[in-house]
Amino acid sequence: MTRDNSYAAVTSRKNEIMKKAIGIDYSVFESGEIGFDYERMMREAGYTLEEIQTIQSEVSVGNTPIIELKNLTALARKMAPKGKGARIFIKDEACNPSGSFKARRAANAVYHAKKNGYKGVIAATSGNYGTAVASQAAMHGLKCIVVQECYDSKMIGQPEILEKQRACEALGAEVVQLTVGPELFYTFLLLLEETGYFNASLYTPFGIAGVETLGYELAMQFREKEGKDPDVVMITNAGGGNVTGTARGLIKAGAEHVKVVGASVDLSGLHMASDHAFNRKSFTTGHTGFGLPFATWPDRADVPRNAARPLRYLDRYVLVRQGEVFYMTEALAVLEGLERGPAGNTSLTAAFSLAQEMDEDQIIVVQETEYTGAGKHPMPQLSFAKQNGIDVRFGNPTEEIPGENIILPEHPSLIKIRDYDLNKAKHSYIRNSVANNKITEISKVDVEFLVKDTKSDEQFVMNALKELGINLK
Amino acid sequence: MNAAKKGDWVQIHQIVLKPEERAPQVPDDTKQVPLELWVKGYALTEANLGEQVEIETTTGRKVKGELVAVNPRYTHSFGEFVPELLKVDRQVKEILFGGEK
Repeated sequence: MTRDNSYAAVTSRKNEIMKKAIGIDYSVFESGEIGFDYERMMREAGYTLEEIQTIQSEVSVGNTPIIELKNLTALARKMAPKGKGARIFIKDEACNPSGSFKARRAANAVYHAKKNGYKGVIAATSGNYGTAVASQAAMHGLKCIVVQECYDSKMIGQPEILEKQRACEALGAEVVQLTVGPELFYTFLLLLEETGYFNASLYTPFGIAGVETLGYELAMQFREKEGKDPDVVMITNAGGGNVTGTARGLIKAGAEHVKVVGASVDLSGLHMASDHAFNRKSFTTGHTGFGLPFATWPDRADVPRNAARPLRYLDRYVLVRQGEVFYMTEALAVLEGLERGPAGNTSLTAAFSLAQEMDEDQIIVVQETEYTGAGKHPMPQLSFAKQNGIDVRFGNPTEEIPGENIILPEHPSLIKIRDYDLNKAKHSYIRNSVANNKITEISKVDVEFLVKDTKSDEQFVMNALKELGINLK
Repeated sequence: MNAAKKGDWVQIHQIVLKPEERAPQVPDDTKQVPLELWVKGYALTEANLGEQVEIETTTGRKVKGELVAVNPRYTHSFGEFVPELLKVDRQVKEILFGGEK
């Protein structure tokens, strides 16, 4: 019997393929027309913090060092009002086996795949997660396929993604490379069906729980080192897993008073599925092209219910610009002697600015770094931008227009975070929940879910629903 | 190299979706072009560049496609030198340690 492998037929088999490839029956967690029991899913489909600590320590993941960035703190204080300029620390996640915090997510996913008898794992990612899955698969002796969106229609690839391809292949994985487009998911489904491998999605309960150790560790390290919790943890936000996992870990450490701030590179105006725009951006992750769609509709992910739900945890969401991040990446290298990849420095750039609003005795932590190398470094990324007609120059970052230019700040005092109104994101999320579930009135249970999923209150949710013409059942 | 022998490490290319088969939500510029795929493996037969060949990938999958490269090299690098970065280096040091030359 031959299967119909047309786009429409494969996409319509999505649920069936996914159930086999993840092994979670998500329907048991459904609770209303919109909501589901998130905590129950995390508890029953995931692992406990202690289990994860064991899983990760077996493969040398986690327990990364905390480094105080004394020179960058001093630089920030030169720009800050008197008495301002919090101490800036960084958690050096590049020390993980695959060179980024993604090793934490991959460790759990691959462990779970092995335990459940899968022969291999597949991940759809152009990011560090691919390398992380390849690394973990190598350790566990599983086969590994990484599916990347890599090239435009002229077969010109982002240098950062080409490096990740190399790294995945170096770690023994097969890399399937595609041109731009959301139909990557179709190829991904076909591969899952063909191989019967595990879908090492970034968004499963165990993937997200893998990041909880980061938040937990961080709190413990500060208690040991400084005798107190940090005041702010700054987290680069793309798909929302880094924010969600870190915040959950902080809560598990009893550090719920720590402010959780998300940061993304502003790529507004660039369409993420556009062949033309693909090589006109210099960041392939940590940007608003993922950050906003995933925050305002998490269940767009490659699993039925996304375990990454950043609006549940964010206290503030700030944006920085490409040129500002390249500038800070360079400053980190020459002032701190730490050469780390640019995308992971999104949160560092935001922290450099936010520290200037905070008191000198306060602490702000940048919770990740990533490895750097050919392709994945300010030099190749800026020279690639220039080759693609992007105007790279010094100026005021406010002049930056994604896809047209990259403005390196004329002076570091010009590096300024801009707030993205979280209430606006929460409104969009509620609107998407109503529209995508096609509801005309809402139950009490679903209102309660929306309150939790937006970290708001009943009045906020009811007002948003009223604007959409949705009444209580 | 213009041809692959059986057992050579090669890269092949496929058209996954023709422009008219692309998903409805794809932006207009992307709809003009096909969805293309590249993957590497061992050639199972000999073939010239541009010819169809079957390969066996690292995971043991058998895949057919157009032969595009034999022993494909990695092409990414540190790119052209970007002198702007030197200016950043000097500036941050000057602000922080200025005077101690």
